[in-house]
Amino acid sequence: MRRRTMLAAGLGLAVAGLAGAARAEDVIKIGEINSYSLLPAFTEPYRKGWQLAVEEVNAAGGINGKKLVVVSKDDSGKPADAQTAANELVSSENVAMLAGTFLSNIGLAVSDFANQKKVFFLAAEPLTDAITWSKGNKYTFRLRPSNYMQAAMLVEEAAKLPAKRWATIAPNYEYGQSAVAVFKKLLSEKRPDIQWVDEQWPPQGKIDAGPVVQAVAAANPEAILNVTFGADLVKLVREGNTRGLFKDRKVVSFLTGEPEYLDPLKEETPEGWIVTGYPWYSIKTPEHDAFLKAYQAKYNDYPRLGSIVGYQTIKSAAAILAKAGSTDADKLIAAAEGLSVPSPFGEITFRKIDHQSTLGAFVGKTALKDGKGIMVDSVYRKGSDYLPSDAEVAKLRPKD
Amino acid sequence: MAFYFVQFLTGLASAASLFLVASGLSIIFGVTRIVNFAHGAFYMLGAYVAFSLTERLSGPLGFWGGIVVAALAVAVIGVLVEIVLLRRIYHAPELFQLLGTFGLTLMVEDLVVLIWGPDDLVGRRAPGFKGAVDFFGQNIPSYDLFLIALGPIVLGALWLLFQRTRWGILVRAATQDRDMVAALGVNQKWLFTSVFAVGVFLAALGGALQIPRDAVHHAMDLRIIVEVFVVVVIGGLGSILGAFVAAVLVSELNAFGILIFPTISLILVFLVMAVVLVVRPWGLFGRKEAPARRTPGLTVIPWRPLSSVERLASLVALAFAAMLPFVAGNYALTVGSEIAIFVIFAASLHFLMAVGGLASFGHAAYFGLGAYGVAFLAKMAGLPMIACLLLGPLLGAAGAAVFGAFAVQLSGVYFAMLTLAFAQIVWSIAFQWVAVTGGDNGILGLWPEKWAASPSHFYWLALGVSAFVVSVLRLITFSPFGYALRGMRDSPLRSESIGINGKRIQWTAFIIAGTTAGIGGALFAYLKGSVFPDNMGISLSVDALVMVLLGGVETVPGAIFGAIVYKALNIWLVSQTDWSKLVLGIFIVLIVVVFPKGIVGVVESIMHRRRAVAPKAAALSAKMEGAQ
Repeated sequence: MRRRTMLAAGLGLAVAGLAGAARAEDVIKIGEINSYSLLPAFTEPYRKGWQLAVEEVNAAGGINGKKLVVVSKDDSGKPADAQTAANELVSSENVAMLAGTFLSNIGLAVSDFANQKKVFFLAAEPLTDAITWSKGNKYTFRLRPSNYMQAAMLVEEAAKLPAKRWATIAPNYEYGQSAVAVFKKLLSEKRPDIQWVDEQWPPQGKIDAGPVVQAVAAANPEAILNVTFGADLVKLVREGNTRGLFKDRKVVSFLTGEPEYLDPLKEETPEGWIVTGYPWYSIKTPEHDAFLKAYQAKYNDYPRLGSIVGYQTIKSAAAILAKAGSTDADKLIAAAEGLSVPSPFGEITFRKIDHQSTLGAFVGKTALKDGKGIMVDSVYRKGSDYLPSDAEVAKLRPKD
Repeated sequence: MAFYFVQFLTGLASAASLFLVASGLSIIFGVTRIVNFAHGAFYMLGAYVAFSLTERLSGPLGFWGGIVVAALAVAVIGVLVEIVLLRRIYHAPELFQLLGTFGLTLMVEDLVVLIWGPDDLVGRRAPGFKGAVDFFGQNIPSYDLFLIALGPIVLGALWLLFQRTRWGILVRAATQDRDMVAALGVNQKWLFTSVFAVGVFLAALGGALQIPRDAVHHAMDLRIIVEVFVVVVIGGLGSILGAFVAAVLVSELNAFGILIFPTISLILVFLVMAVVLVVRPWGLFGRKEAPARRTPGLTVIPWRPLSSVERLASLVALAFAAMLPFVAGNYALTVGSEIAIFVIFAASLHFLMAVGGLASFGHAAYFGLGAYGVAFLAKMAGLPMIACLLLGPLLGAAGAAVFGAFAVQLSGVYFAMLTLAFAQIVWSIAFQWVAVTGGDNGILGLWPEKWAASPSHFYWLALGVSAFVVSVLRLITFSPFGYALRGMRDSPLRSESIGINGKRIQWTAFIIAGTTAGIGGALFAYLKGSVFPDNMGISLSVDALVMVLLGGVETVPGAIFGAIVYKALNIWLVSQTDWSKLVLGIFIVLIVVVFPKGIVGVVESIMHRRRAVAPKAAALSAKMEGAQ
């Protein structure tokens, strides 16, 4: 017990010493947290994106003359570690706001921390509807189009299909569960004639694809909703291709058009899936061209969706800080509510009513070109068109 | 009908992949008694190396040659690991090798990202096995048929190897009685190395053969390691046939289970293992282990309560720790609170492992139950914080009482795996019962009340509770109950013959450990302000094991130091670098080599040797060891 306490004391002193060192008047700090070690495939492009944004902001004179600094921490994919990191950023680094996170449960943990400690938090990637609705709080804003919004975009296309018998395959955790629930609800509202004939819930990251594909095929659906991604998606697609599951069946799939998930499939890419994603190669707008040029010049690599998210997170944060002219959390909230900022996808707005940004997504079809998967016929869907009415949102969100 | 037959074949193909990896693990454990946590890492390395080779070499020969060469190359790495690392620690306390292989796993997970990059890699399909075979309108991938054939072929080859070669006979003999084989003049070093090489080869082959159907990525190892352990244990440790039957059983139950319960995959293997172990304590084909010939207590420096000087010193140290809020900032205090909580958690596992001789692989379940207990009481019953802190751990106690009653019927690795199964069952309930537990989104908004809200107050609370729990556990260790518990650990036969009701004593110890873990969990819920299924996950259970082993399992205060070193280092590394796993892994491997009895264990034996008073006891124990 003796040495235990001495060690603790020594550690405490060391940490306290570090904390005091980095304080400067002409710097504004953003504390950024993400699952760098757990999900490098997504967070590496994301990091490149926000680094580009920091460079651009500072080249343009910083934030009201102050230099922008992003202090980045890894959360090892665990909510508890994310809170430790958030605490370090707020208590020791004195950051003006928190930003980032990928997984929904981590986003919620940091959002709850922000609410408790009264710190502004801009959630970058978590998709759960809870973060802006059922567990929303006034300190938390979210950039990416939520589960609900992406489901609504896909349902619009799915409702046009003649298919009546539908099956679902989704990873067995909150993201998969809520994606399926919202999709089912919205599609059944538009098409009461639809039957849901089977659902499969493989554990996230551990799909035993053969039996799952067989089970879905046995239910003989006319169309399939897929929510799996990453390595699970690869296994599912490979088994599905070999066993002919996707032949003569329509497939609607969340996120599959994102380069992070589409590119690994290479020549196995299934054709004609209706997906949300990011076809960076076919977006021809001045905003996106500028972003693409800057990104490719800096990294000699093409952007993934994570790059857009990282880039836009810091760009939005900088705009909020500049408008607030202060690092006070309440002033930041006031500045962010209703704020419109430019993005590579066009102007987006952080809604006052639920703190969701109106960033949209591209909906299109998968295709195979030169042995690579791409998205074709893709159309940008604005986020603002796929959210429920204000009256409904007000009911979903607890009063502050 | 055709559908059910095809589903059966699909299950068999999954079983074959599982069996390849599991058989290697089973062989290694049977002979060397090493719980090889790095087996999944070798599986993953096999896949990565095979990916690189098959992308570069062309043609069918290039593909199949690449697979085999990859497995051989990884086997060579395995041999190096065995010679450089494991040979040094065969004589360390039981399970200590787990720590070394855990460190290796951490390193490999980061290394593959450094070498092969962060993206998921999708390899070639197998030449000649790209398509599917039509069976009454159902498609069976021809690669599945290849795997289905390969499983029994490997099983047969291993059978021949073990039954028909001199090497196999030696391996079987060593599986049954290592000491006797050594006494007969067999070179154990060579035997162990070769067994390890064969085991690693099978793991890497299993990984390499996944290329045509899976993506290669840096989390493959964790996906498979727990599952193959379960398969090995269901089959019975050291039994190859058992591993095969268990793999088929688990895969077929999964293939048909998802037709009725699509969510069953999450928990199926653990349910099967729990049922099998409760009914057959040594797995399907395992045999009861012969009682250990060596009395484990003799290698340990005799435990004694603290002298009055040491007690005073502890109090002074505690007083120093209590002064931290006057010098440190809020972040340091929160980290201090977290460390104090993990001291409680590690001390509770240490009590079960070191004093009780019962190593639990699922101790986080009781930590998590304590945390959920607090969450339910605070959120649903609206009780004040003090009441929640006092009553919340009772959920941990209740869980420990129920599961402990079954678990203490077993011993050794079977005990460990049954506790793991129970922990995973509890975890999956928390994960799946969204209406009550919030699923993986957890329960939020559990922040401490005003009196404990400031970091310094919470730190004092955590430190106080931690000091109290550690003192109580120490008191129990040196009470008659503690002696009886140690008696059971060192020799169940002798203890029971003098009238100790061993199982009841162990069950009580299990409940004590579960309750104290629950206390840690309750504090943790308030520290983080939220509860997630993560709080009872496998990685937390492994963390606790690592803390205890790092500190020294054969010492009384080991867990305290292990918890402080591991947790502080972990938090610091995660904050400082994205390659925290690599650095932490290297650190753990170094510790294992330099401190083969754990940090405190080595410090104590140095001090013990220096102390002049000790020669009598030392001479006695040396004599008794010599007499064996």
